[in-house]
Order: sequence, then C-alpha cells, then structure tokens
Amino acid sequence: MSLGTDWVLDWVRASATVIAENRVELITLDREIGDGDHGENMDRGFSAVLATLDSVAGDALPADVLKLVGTTLISTVGGASGPLFGTAYLKAAGAVAGVAELDGSAVVELLRAARDGIVLRGKAEIGDKTMIDAWTPAVEAADAALAGGASEAQILRVAAEAAAAGAGATEPLVARKGRASYLGERAIGHRDPGAQSTSLLLRAAADVAARLAAA
Amino acid sequence: MKKLINDPKDVVTESVEGFVSAHADIVRASTDPLFVVRADAPSAKVGIISGGGSGHEPLHGGFVGFGMLDAAVPGAVFTSPTPDPIVAATAAVNGGRGVLHIVKNYTGDVLNFETAAELAAADGIEVRSIIVNDDVAVQDSLYTAGRRGVAGTVLVEKIAGAAAQRGDSLGQVAAVAEKVIGQVRSMGVALTPCVVPHAGEPSFALDDDEIEIGIGIHGEPGREKIKLEPADAIVDRLLGPILDDIPFESGDEALLLVNGMGGTPQIELYIVYRRAAQVLAERGIEITRSLVGNVTTSLEMQGMSLSVLKLDDELTALWDAPVQTAALRWGR
Repeated sequence: MSLGTDWVLDWVRASATVIAENRVELITLDREIGDGDHGENMDRGFSAVLATLDSVAGDALPADVLKLVGTTLISTVGGASGPLFGTAYLKAAGAVAGVAELDGSAVVELLRAARDGIVLRGKAEIGDKTMIDAWTPAVEAADAALAGGASEAQILRVAAEAAAAGAGATEPLVARKGRASYLGERAIGHRDPGAQSTSLLLRAAADVAARLAAA
Repeated sequence: MKKLINDPKDVVTESVEGFVSAHADIVRASTDPLFVVRADAPSAKVGIISGGGSGHEPLHGGFVGFGMLDAAVPGAVFTSPTPDPIVAATAAVNGGRGVLHIVKNYTGDVLNFETAAELAAADGIEVRSIIVNDDVAVQDSLYTAGRRGVAGTVLVEKIAGAAAQRGDSLGQVAAVAEKVIGQVRSMGVALTPCVVPHAGEPSFALDDDEIEIGIGIHGEPGREKIKLEPADAIVDRLLGPILDDIPFESGDEALLLVNGMGGTPQIELYIVYRRAAQVLAERGIEITRSLVGNVTTSLEMQGMSLSVLKLDDELTALWDAPVQTAALRWGR
C-alpha cells in the first residue's frame, strides 16, 4: 500500500508530538556537548509547523506538505538545526514532486534526498558525530529493504531502526563538526542531539505508516 | 540564579525594545522580523550587517550606527537568527551599492547567513559574506568546525564600517574586513559558567577552583580545564598561542583588546591589560591602540578574552575614524 498526503500530514503531527515529549531530553543531550538549545529550537519549529498545517489545501500533494515543513523550520528553528532539517524537508519535497502516492522507491528517494540536502548544507561525513550518522544508515537500510521487496511501512521501519542504532553509535565518537567538535575527547560518551532527533523523526514516520497499513 | 528578567521568552524582544528606546538618536528596531537598524538607513554607502545569538551584548546591536554596522540581527539567546530577519535587514540597509554580511564562525550563524545571502541575492541584492575566525584556542581546524569568531569581530566591524563610511565599494570593504581577519587573533578564559534565561541552570560546570582556558563566546570549551592561577599566569597562557600564531615581529604596531565576558569588573580587566602590555613590550611589539571593556560577552560569565590586531597605517586610520554607536563613540 502506497503512502499519500495523509501519511505526510500524520507524520508531521506525530513528529511535533515526539519532539515535544523529548524536548527536555534533547536539551540535556545538547547541554552536555553543545549549547543546550536543540530541544527548545526543534520544539519551537515543529510547533510552528503544526500551526501552518491548517493552511494545507485538500488536494495538496506530499511534496507540498514537505515543502511547507521545510520553509517553516528554516524560518523558526534557528541555530544549525534550522537550515539543516529545513533543507532536508525541502530536498525531500523535490524528490517526490508531483507524486500523489509514494511507493517504496519514492520513499527511499525521499529519504536519500533529505540526507543529501543535509550533507550539502552541513558538509558532514559519516563518523563526524552529527545527524548524518543517523541519516546515512537509515538511507542504506531503506535501500536494502526496497531491494528485498519490503513494503513502504517496512522500509520506514528498518530506516527508523537503523537511525536509532546510528544515533546510539555516535556516543563513542569524537565530534568533527558543529559545536561539539571543540570538546575533543570530552565529547566521547555523549550522544549527538541531532542524530537523536533524526531517530525520533524517522520513528514517527514508521509508526504512522504502520498504523495506516494496519487500518 | 537571580536575573533581572520578566518572562524568559520575552528576554530578547524586551531588551531590544529598551535598547532602541535608550538610543533612539542612533537606532530603531523592526519588530517582525526582529532586527536593529541605523535610524537613518538606508544610506548611499555599502551596507554592513552582522548578527548572531543574543547574550553577547553589546555585540552586535551596540555597534550599529555611524561608521560601523548598519543593522544587527539578534537571535534567541545563544541561538543564531533564522534567515528571514537577516534577509529583511539586508534589504533595509541596501542603498544600492551592496551589503556585506559579517558572520562569526559558528555553524548555526554560518548556515543561516549563507541561506539568507542566497535569498537576498535572489531578490537582486548584491551580498558578500565574510567569516570571522579569530579564536586560536581551536588547534585542529581540520577536524573541528574550525576556529570560532569571537571578540575580534568587534575590530572587524569597526574597521570595515569605517571603510564603508568613507565610500569604499563592496569589494573594497570586504577586502579590508578580510585583512583584519587575517591579522587578528584572540583567546579567552572562563572563571564561571553562565545561565541561559530559558534554561535556568548553568550551561556547563566549573568547580570553585577551576577555570576553562580557550573558551568560545558561550563559555564552551576550547583547550583545557585547569586550577585557578594568578592573573599574570592566565594572561601568559592566552597570549602565548596568540603571538605564536600571527607572525608578529619586533617593531610591529598592534591594537590590544581586553574583553570582559560580562561578569568580570574593570579593576580586574586592567590587571589583565597590565600584564598583556608587559608581554607585548618584551616581544618588541608596540601597542599603539587599545580597547578595554565588555564588548563581546557571555551573559553574566566571569572571564575575559585577549585580542591582538597587527596594525598598519591604513588599519590605524580606519580604527581612528569617527564612530557613533551605543557602545563605541568617538570623533563625532
């Protein structure tokens, strides 16, 4: 079963919820190796996104919603996360432009474009202890699942699991990008907040897809 | 932690409101989106804007006025502004000769200003961006986000501002700014952490007898945590890496900036200046200009940073040129 605009809308709502629920955790992670504003900024951004959803037209395509999320995040989050996540959603929108129903291949392209957008903006590589350490394993796992004939919901589930594992795998790393890079070895033992929020967002995507598939 | 605030979420807007009210002869504010702009903007000269997270006052709003910045874009405390207000400020100061963005090398600032510059360019405004990275505490630029932009930013803003005020083109103003960036180096120390209003607790931990050497402008670490030492020893720790970094030679002229981080009194800053001047003299470097005070702060943090700018006749003349802002004012 393919995923349409209702999936994107529910994913965005679920994202706002999960970010709000984890606001303090994200602030705490960021205080340990950054400047402590990640949870606050993401919560402000997704609250603003929720407020804009009323303006979405009834015949909106998935790309229209993704673009709205991207521009709203860029306008409201600030810090490094605003342009990075905002660019991710804008590029994701570009990857599925004009498509009403996303099949497995479109879902993978959406994720890949989002990841590529973040790399373009932030220039981080895998192992730099950034959100890319969650995004890249997610894209690779999604790609493998697609090749194996998985459904859209299954693709998102393995992507979310890979992102969660990737976020956990940032803990032993020394950071090479962002505020944490100034800590050197003192960053070891702490999880990257952006990788953690990436994991939360992809889990929301998978949860919503599973719910729709079961309905 | 006691603070003179109302609702933490109103800290930045209420402070900007008070600031423009106190200095209405120099600045006015746009409230949505939020930025501070010269009362007489736009003018026929090249526009110069800067911005970044709030909590570093007087940076940047305090340096908006004749001979320095045309606009400043404050973000939330310690959080870069988003592109929207940067684009709006760019348009507000564009008098037709282009706009220079002075950006401190912090990932958030760089990404948001970069996005804003693309959007402003799409609107037909000529924008040049320069990145200030004067902080020598960051040793390994290859495996970090690079050297941070700290108090040396004030010197870049003053000198580039003077170049724009005398009528230089956008390319010339950017070249002068790059020259300052090439010749200024800084390093700082924190004695205490600071408290972000909406967080309500210290953003990092330091024991009573500990100091953090090599901080950025949020108190974030750079080099090492050590036990408190006498002022002279701390000055030596900061000046060593600064002077080793730029090829200073005996006989050079320099500007020495002793910057307070917000919670350190003048009496201590001058003890710091005393030692720094001794060390420069020992190296045969003549301090021909100086600035001592809180120009790039981290809220109420105790600590200071040292910046040394190698001067020549052009930079000295631009430093001496008239300036009329809330935080720097001379010659006019």
